[in-house]
This record gives sequence, C-alpha cells and structure tokens, in this order.
Amino acid sequence: MSTTSVLGGVVKRREDPALIQGTGLYVDDIKLPGMLYVAFVRSPFAHARITSIDASAALAMEGVEAVYTIDDVRHLGPVLAQVPIGKVRPLLADGVVNHVGEAVAMVVATDRYLARDAADAVEVDYEPLPVVVDLKEAATDAVKVHEDLESNILMTWEAGPFGDPDAMAETQRKIAEAKARDDTVVVSIEAVNQRLIGTAIEPRAVLADWNPGYGRFTVYSSTQIPHALAGAIAKTFGITYNDVHVVAPEVGGGFGLKLNIYNDEILVAFASQRLGRPVKYTESRRESPNSTIQGRGWIATATLVGTRDGEILGYELHGLCDMGAYSQNFTVAIPFLGVFVASGQYKFPTHVKLDCVATHTMTTDAYRGAGRPEAMYYLERVIDAYARKIGMDPAEVRRKNYIPADAFPAAVSPVGFAMDTGDYDKALDALVESDGYRQMLADRDRMRAEGKLVGVGLSTYVEVCGFGPSGLVDLGFSWSEYGAPAAFSGTGLVRVNPDSTVTVVIGTGPSGQGHQTTWSQIVSDQLGIPMERIRVIHGDSEESPFGIGTFGSRSAAVDGSATFEAAQKVRAKAAKIAAHLLEASEEDIQFADGGAFVAGSPDKTVSWEEIATVAYQPHRLPEGMEGGLEAHSIFSPANATWPFGAHAAMVEVDADTGDVRLLRYITVDDCGNVINPMIVDGQIHGGLAQGIGQAMFEEAVYDADGNLLTGSLLDYVLPTAADLPSFELHRTVTPSDINPLGVKGIGEAGTIGSAQTIVNAVVDALESLGVTHVDMPLRPKRVWQAIQDAKGGN
Amino acid sequence: MFPRSFEYVAPADLAEAAEALASAEFAKVMSGGMSLIPMMKLRLLSPDLVVDIGRIPGLDQIEDRGDAIAIGALVRHAQTAASDAVPAALRTAAAWTGDAQVRNRGTTVGSVAHADIAADQPAAVLALGATMVARSASGTREIAAADFFVDALTTALEPGEILAEIRIPKAGGGSAYEKLGRRGGHTDYAVAGAAAWVQRSNGSISDCRVALTGVGTKPTLAEGVAEALIGTDGSPAAVEAAAARATEGVTLLEDLYGSEEYKAHLAKVMTARALTQAIADA
Ligand SMILES: Cc1cc2nc3c(=O)[nH]c(=O)nc-3n(C[C@H](O)[C@H](O)[C@H](O)COP(=O)(O)OP(=O)(O)OC[C@H]3O[C@@H](n4cnc5c(N)ncnc54)[C@H](O)[C@@H]3O)c2cc1C
Repeated sequence: MSTTSVLGGVVKRREDPALIQGTGLYVDDIKLPGMLYVAFVRSPFAHARITSIDASAALAMEGVEAVYTIDDVRHLGPVLAQVPIGKVRPLLADGVVNHVGEAVAMVVATDRYLARDAADAVEVDYEPLPVVVDLKEAATDAVKVHEDLESNILMTWEAGPFGDPDAMAETQRKIAEAKARDDTVVVSIEAVNQRLIGTAIEPRAVLADWNPGYGRFTVYSSTQIPHALAGAIAKTFGITYNDVHVVAPEVGGGFGLKLNIYNDEILVAFASQRLGRPVKYTESRRESPNSTIQGRGWIATATLVGTRDGEILGYELHGLCDMGAYSQNFTVAIPFLGVFVASGQYKFPTHVKLDCVATHTMTTDAYRGAGRPEAMYYLERVIDAYARKIGMDPAEVRRKNYIPADAFPAAVSPVGFAMDTGDYDKALDALVESDGYRQMLADRDRMRAEGKLVGVGLSTYVEVCGFGPSGLVDLGFSWSEYGAPAAFSGTGLVRVNPDSTVTVVIGTGPSGQGHQTTWSQIVSDQLGIPMERIRVIHGDSEESPFGIGTFGSRSAAVDGSATFEAAQKVRAKAAKIAAHLLEASEEDIQFADGGAFVAGSPDKTVSWEEIATVAYQPHRLPEGMEGGLEAHSIFSPANATWPFGAHAAMVEVDADTGDVRLLRYITVDDCGNVINPMIVDGQIHGGLAQGIGQAMFEEAVYDADGNLLTGSLLDYVLPTAADLPSFELHRTVTPSDINPLGVKGIGEAGTIGSAQTIVNAVVDALESLGVTHVDMPLRPKRVWQAIQDAKGGN
Repeated sequence: MFPRSFEYVAPADLAEAAEALASAEFAKVMSGGMSLIPMMKLRLLSPDLVVDIGRIPGLDQIEDRGDAIAIGALVRHAQTAASDAVPAALRTAAAWTGDAQVRNRGTTVGSVAHADIAADQPAAVLALGATMVARSASGTREIAAADFFVDALTTALEPGEILAEIRIPKAGGGSAYEKLGRRGGHTDYAVAGAAAWVQRSNGSISDCRVALTGVGTKPTLAEGVAEALIGTDGSPAAVEAAAARATEGVTLLEDLYGSEEYKAHLAKVMTARALTQAIADA
C-alpha cells in the first residue's frame, strides 16, 4: 500500500456537491426533443374481470398520441422475471386485474398533465371477482388468486439443513425429542412482520428513445440493474444486447425497489418504437406504492426449545410469506434469503418452512435486507422471550449458543451454509461492555424507580450478503432470464489515461451508496494517484463490461474486489514501465504521491504523467509490451460474506397513551475491513432509520377488498430525522477471507439488526405489566391495547 | 400527482379577492397552499379558479386590538407559535403543527378554514372562544368559533367568503394544548388533542372551555367537561372527574390511528393533561 493510503480514511463523499446543489442529473431531468409522456389507467379493484375498455374520449383529446392496452403488446410476452415461479406480470392487465393499481391501459400524450387527464377519460368496465388479501385465508385456497394456478401457495422453502432430506429429518427428530423432554422449556411467538412500502425519495422513472436508423434503444432508467434491463429489453423485443443502451443516471434511492424489471420500462420502449419519438414515464408518489414492489409481509411462528440453564436445543421457524399477485424479479426467492440466515449466528438445530403465498395485492420483492430482517426478527425475538422465561441475561443466553470463533473458517450453519468469518462474542462483548450499554441499564433502573416504564432491548444478528459465488447460478443467482446467464461476479476496469487521470468502470448501479468515493479510494490506494484525478463510471450498460448491479450489499465485496485486482494489474504494468524508464529492476519500484521511485534511491523518480505518456507511445515501451495502461478483472468470490453485530435500544413507554419514545440506540457492527468509515456509518444510519421505521411507524395496510389504506405519505408514516435519536455506532473488524479487500458489506445490516431490538426493548419496558409480545409497528394504539389486554389477563 | 387545469389569480387586496372569489363557479382561496395543493394534485379537489391571497399586503400581522388579539389571514404557524401575545393553547398548537417547512408556509387562518378533523389549531381557537371574521363581496360577518366548525373539512364559511382574521378575546385565565401525534409525541396530526382554557377566581374555577380534535368528526367543544369543572377547586381529582366527561356529545371516529375505545380514552387523557397545565397557567 502507498505511504499516503486513503483506504480506511474518512473521505468526504465526492458525489455530494452535485446532489446537494441540485445539479445531479436524474431521469426526470432529461428531456429529449419531441418527447412524449405516459400516464397509466390503473385498476380500482383488487380482483375483477375487465368487460370493456373505451379509450375514444381520451383519443379525441388534442395531443393524445396513443392509448395502448394488452391487445397492442401481448405479442411481447409478460414482464420477464428472474424467478418466474407463480404468475408473472402481463405488460398490461390481460382480461382480469389482480391488484389495486394494476396498469390496465397506457396513455401517451404530448404533456404529462394532458396524459393524466386523458387517462382519467379512459372508461373501463369491471366485473368484480372474489378478493383474498389475508395471508392465512389465502393459504387455504378458499379464494384462488389466479384461477389457472393450482394453488395460492407458489413455493415452499424448507431447510434444516437445505437440500439434504435425511439431515433435515434428523433435525426435526432432534427438535421433537427436545420438546418431549420434561426438563426443557418451549417458547413460541407468532408474529407479523408487516408489509412495507420502500419509498425512495425519487420514484421510478424511465425514458426510452428508439432510433430506427441505428436500430437501437437508448433507455434512461432509475434502476439498480442497468445491464439486466438492457438484457430484458433486448430479449423482449427480439434484438441483441448490443442494440440496447441503458443508462442509470443519479438514482434517488433504491432499497431493492429498483432491483426489478418493470412493465413500464418495457412499455415506454414499445411506445417509443411504435410512435418514433422518445417516451417518458415518471411514477407519481401516489401510484408508486401499487406500481413499485413492496417488501416483507410474513406471518410466522418461531418456536424455541432449550434447557433451563440456557442451552438451546432446537429452533423452528414456520410461516407464510406474502408474494402479492404477480411474481417479478426475485419474488418467491426472497424468503429463501431468510432461510439462508434462519439459524443466525447460532449452532442449534434449526428447521425452517416458509410457504410463499399469492394474494390480491401488489407484488413483494427485495426491500432492504430482503428475507434476512424477517428471519433475524423471529429468531432474536424468540431468543429474548426464552431468556426472559428462564430468567437469564439476554446477552448470556446468546453467548452460550453462538457458533464459536474457532469454528471458522470451516463453519457451516445449521441450515447448511458455509460462513466466511465470524467472532460473535467479540461484537456482543463490545456492546455489553460499552459505557453506553452500562449507562442504559443504570438509567433504566433509575427511571423505573421513578415509576416510569423504561426498557432496554438487545439483539445480535448475522447477515449473508456480497452475492456472490459463481456456483449460485444453479440457485438462480444470475440474470439468465434476461438473456444474460452471467454469475453474480464483480467487474472492474481501471484505465490510466494519457494525462495520467484514471477512469474506473464498474458494473454496479448505485443509488446513493457513494461508489464514486469508495472506488476512488481503492484505486488511489493502489496507484498513488490522488482521488481528484480518478473518475468512476457506473450504471451504464455500454460503458462497462457486463455488470450485475447494486443490491444485497454486494458492490464493495464483489465489484470492489474486481477493481482492486484490476488496479493491481495496472500497477504491475506501470512498475514495469517505470523500471524501464529508470533503468532499475521492477521489484525495486515503489509508488508514492504522484509517481514511482526506486527503493533506496528516492531521487530516481518518474511521474505518473511520464509513465502514462510513455504507455500511450508504444515505441518508448520495453520491447514486446503492449501499448496502453489498463486492466480489467472479473472477481468471483468463493462464498458470500457474513457480517454480524449487536444492537441495543432504550425506550420509554407512556402507559396512558401507549406512546413509545426511543431514547437511545447503540450498535456494534462488524462488516470486515472498512474502506470509508463515514460512508459505512451513513449506511448504518439509513438502515437503522428503515429498521426502526418498521418497528415503530411503517405499515402497508390493505382492507379486505384489497384497497391500500396507507397509500399516501399522509398515512404511511415514514421515520424522519426528528423521530430518531443520535445513533451511537461502534464496530469490531473481522476481515472476510474470501476477497482481497477483506470487506463484507454494510448496506442492509442496519435494518437486519434493528427492528427486533426495538420490540425487545418495548417488551422489556412492559414486562412488569405482563406483556410478552407486541406486533410491529409499535404504534401507540397497539402498545396501549397490549397493555390493556395484559391487564385484563388475556 | 397532477392537478386538473385551473385558473389562477393573485389579487392585490381583499376586496379584489372577494370579487374574484364570487366570479367563478368553483373558486378556492389559497393562503399557504399546504393543504389545498396536495388535494388538487390528488384530484380530490378541482377548483376552476384559485384565488391566491398570499400577495395581499398587511395580512401577516398579529395585532393587539385592546380587547382582542387579531391574527391576520397570512400569519404563518411559525409566527403564531413565536408570539407572546397569543395565548398558550394556540401558541402550542401552532408549534406542534407539522414540521418546520409546513410551519413556515402554512397559516393559522388557513388551518382553521381548512378544518381538518385532526388539525391542532381549530381546537385551540374553539377553547379560546375566538371570533371568525369573514369577508365577502357583500361585506364582513362575524362567526363565533363554536358555530364555525360544521363537519369534516366543512365550516360555516359561505363559498364567496374569505376568512380574513381570527380574533381571540383577551379574557385572561390560563390555557394549554396537549396532543398525541400520529408519529408519536407531539409530531404530526393529532390522534387526539385537547385545548383547554380556564379562568380562576377566589380559588375556584369560574369559567372553562375544552375542545377536542382528532377523535371525532370535527373539532368539538367538550361542554360536559366545562360544566363539571366550573365551580370546583381545580384539584387533580376535580380535573380527573371533569375529564371523564370529555367525549360526551362527540361522534367518535375510528381510523388507522385508533379504535373508538382508544380515542375515547385518549380524549380523557389529553383533556386532563391540558386542564392541569391550563390551571397551573391561570
Ligand atoms: C407535511 C404536512 C404536515 C402537516 N402536519 C399538520 C399537523 O401536524 N397538524 C395540523 O393541524 N396541520 C398539519 N398540516 C396542515 C397544515 O397545517 C396546513 O398548513 C393547514 O392545514 C392549511 O393552511 P394553509 O395556509 O397552507 O392553507 P391552504 O392549503 O392554502 O388552504 C387550505 C384550505 O383552506 C381554505 N382557506 C385557506 N385560507 C383561507 C381563508 N383565508 N379563507 C377561506 N378559506 C381559506 C382553502 O381554500 C383550502 O380549502 C400539515 C401539512 C403538511 C403538508
């Protein structure tokens, strides 16, 4: 590493000046000559037959260019999904609508106000059909979501461990045996992990421009997966990947919502081709909850059996997961990510069975954490309940059942997955031995003595991320359905330009994670070229070798590692050039600010400018060396990464109103090596806000007819900075051994560790009243009701 | 979120505004626009004409008129919240309205005219016994706060009328506002809110008004509470007993934030809390 390493240093985000000054370019900022605007006619019914669509009034309006229905686009097939299990979404409703907000017709007009007016003028007649929204009811198949599917249960994930029926039977036998013993306790919690509406600040937007002369599409989309979108468009239209150029400019929040191929992305391309003009669709805030995927939506029972002295003998997680009406990118695969971490950081036998159930609601898919927050919520809630039941310190119970640090690097989780590195005691100790945690406990006792209802909650977690190993292709981890059967490897291209600036091209599609900054640090550290001279290009299907995108906390571990390796190759070549110019031996060349020098003779130097110039003047290069100074790497990790940590929260509950105040929040997160502490902290802050948001505020509420009652930000309560305390962040560092940077991933950890921490704290506060569980979100009405129920003895 | 097309005028004075308002079949006054514009964007409301009174000079004053404090139509929530001349109940209700952006843009008079069932300041003006001054092309009319709130989002204002100012009598006594907001604490619209005003003489409560918001179909005076409290010594026990009558005559409304039972309970809790503070302040 160079003497002025910026790796591990707090470096201010290079992308922020443009973002905070309002000069960042988002899709909706882009206006092309002759551009048309789209508005959708959306279903007011959750399940109904469409008996007629009359667009004549809309078409008669001046400036309305077209109104399309399924009849115009059926030949293109449905929206492509990477895991097409269940019913995939038709481009527009085909005869039957299956959730409120489903797109029925698309209006294209010369301005967006007109498009909206015209959409309102399209008359659609519906014949209502029976609706099923409730998950348990849906699982009975009493009302079928789709008549032509055998069952509403689209898929069942079962593990214990995964993929080994004999071992699974053995696990179940062990758990049953433990339950039957009379010296064990069994604790069970049925809990709802409610549906959430992701709510990126920038709703989705897409602009497609078909150039008939070139025979190509240029598409700007607010997406996390530009390369996959290029593949999906190519496949849908029967053209090649080369005929589609997808650009994801600034993306104002992703959280998994934009890790998807959407019908509107295909439809604007279709309209552009048909009408010969650029066509744009910008989702409105109001339609977004029913046109962009939602997340979570589980009802499950977590059951734990253990001895009275804290040895856990078995754990079961059995539940139903809401898929919504149509399957999109990963839909039924999301619960599988929960299976991955179902046994968490523990060693006890674990059996998981999750049914993926269709309902007449908007599709669910990946939302920050995707499956892992759900799994960790149940596990850490029931462990807490068990600790209470046997009267043991919650930290002690956890510690007793951890996979020990010396089990690594060979550790395999009870559900059957190899884990990279872990030292769970270390993170837990760092938390419980922190001044903050001790103070929390002392303050709790003091405030309780004053008659207040105060609680401290603890949760530890493990996460799986950094996807992923090439072998996971067999489990669907590739973009094969989009015509790109590439594994989820990372790609990094590092090019030193003739003026010695550096262009780095990566395959990610960030949405606020600061890749410009982090990647500059990685490359600057390798080459000794200052960050200001490095530019990072991402989110572009044409500029970058095939890229997988940004999700699953994968970018640094996978594309970061590829970039690191590419930078090493460039450095090696630059060392050869420097050795040649300095007439020294290649092994003696070192890099420091601004250039190379010979070890031991610091006056023998050559600047990066000189090295770059020579690289582009091949006659000055050593005999046989190729011109140019660039390298590309594909990084395929041997495993996913497994970050972990420990969180604690302190809350006060107003017994008269049920109002919960979050007083304090402390975390210890271990995401391996840290490239930029400020960016890592920022990711934790955002993740915590969303995890705490789930615990305290957020909930997508549907009525029995399938109407979304919380479809606007008036009623879908998002956390704001004003609702949250100042977070106290700590970390331990356990480097990953499966990538050269030793990094793991931090994008989702905040949500994975936090929701149950809050609920554990509230249950702790209400313990004296006899409350053992309150479902999220912990809105005052629900907490108050729990107190009343406990008082009433129910 | 695109409104239907509409005409827009920004008159220079109230007379011109009243004329404009009378000129269209469906005209709406806009003051801060914090509630009107979202409703138009959601197409819940599609006026032909928007009469923006926001540029009329002189309406942004809080004036001491001797026997009353007059709050002009363009006084922002933040101004009301910061004014020592304004009684505590309204000051607090304004301070707990929305977030900083909303408070710097939305108006106290606009909030009262809008009459959302969960808004804060309507309860305060009710409890303070305010008078509404309405201006139309045909002149000026005064409406007592107690007669002003008719139903959800419905007031006694006629289509051609502008709420020009709110007058709060300088009656002395103490007042307070308490609420549980939708995002907990005091933040966001009220799940339940209570404004209280009390007057004391010779050690007992001589006059009292309590108004509720959030729990019913409109901001409502809790007359039973006043009846129970007047004449007592205002002790905790008296407050408790009076608060027990908070929901008499209130049509409770269940919503996403609470059942009828919960709201009835909260109404009592908020009433007791507001009364306790108002008595301490009297
Ligand atoms: C994010 C957000 C949070 C909020 N939180 C809260 C909260 O916690 N508590 C709360 O009470 N409110 C809350 N509000 C509402 C806010 O207080 C609004 O400002 C207020 O309801 C309307 O005031 P305005 O001046 O913006 O009125 P406008 O939006 O301009 O008008 C609202 C309505 O009143 C009518 N109107 C306005 N002025 C007059 C007048 N002078 N004469 C006749 N009619 C008139 C308009 O025609 C319209 O129908 C919130 C609003 C937002 C956007």
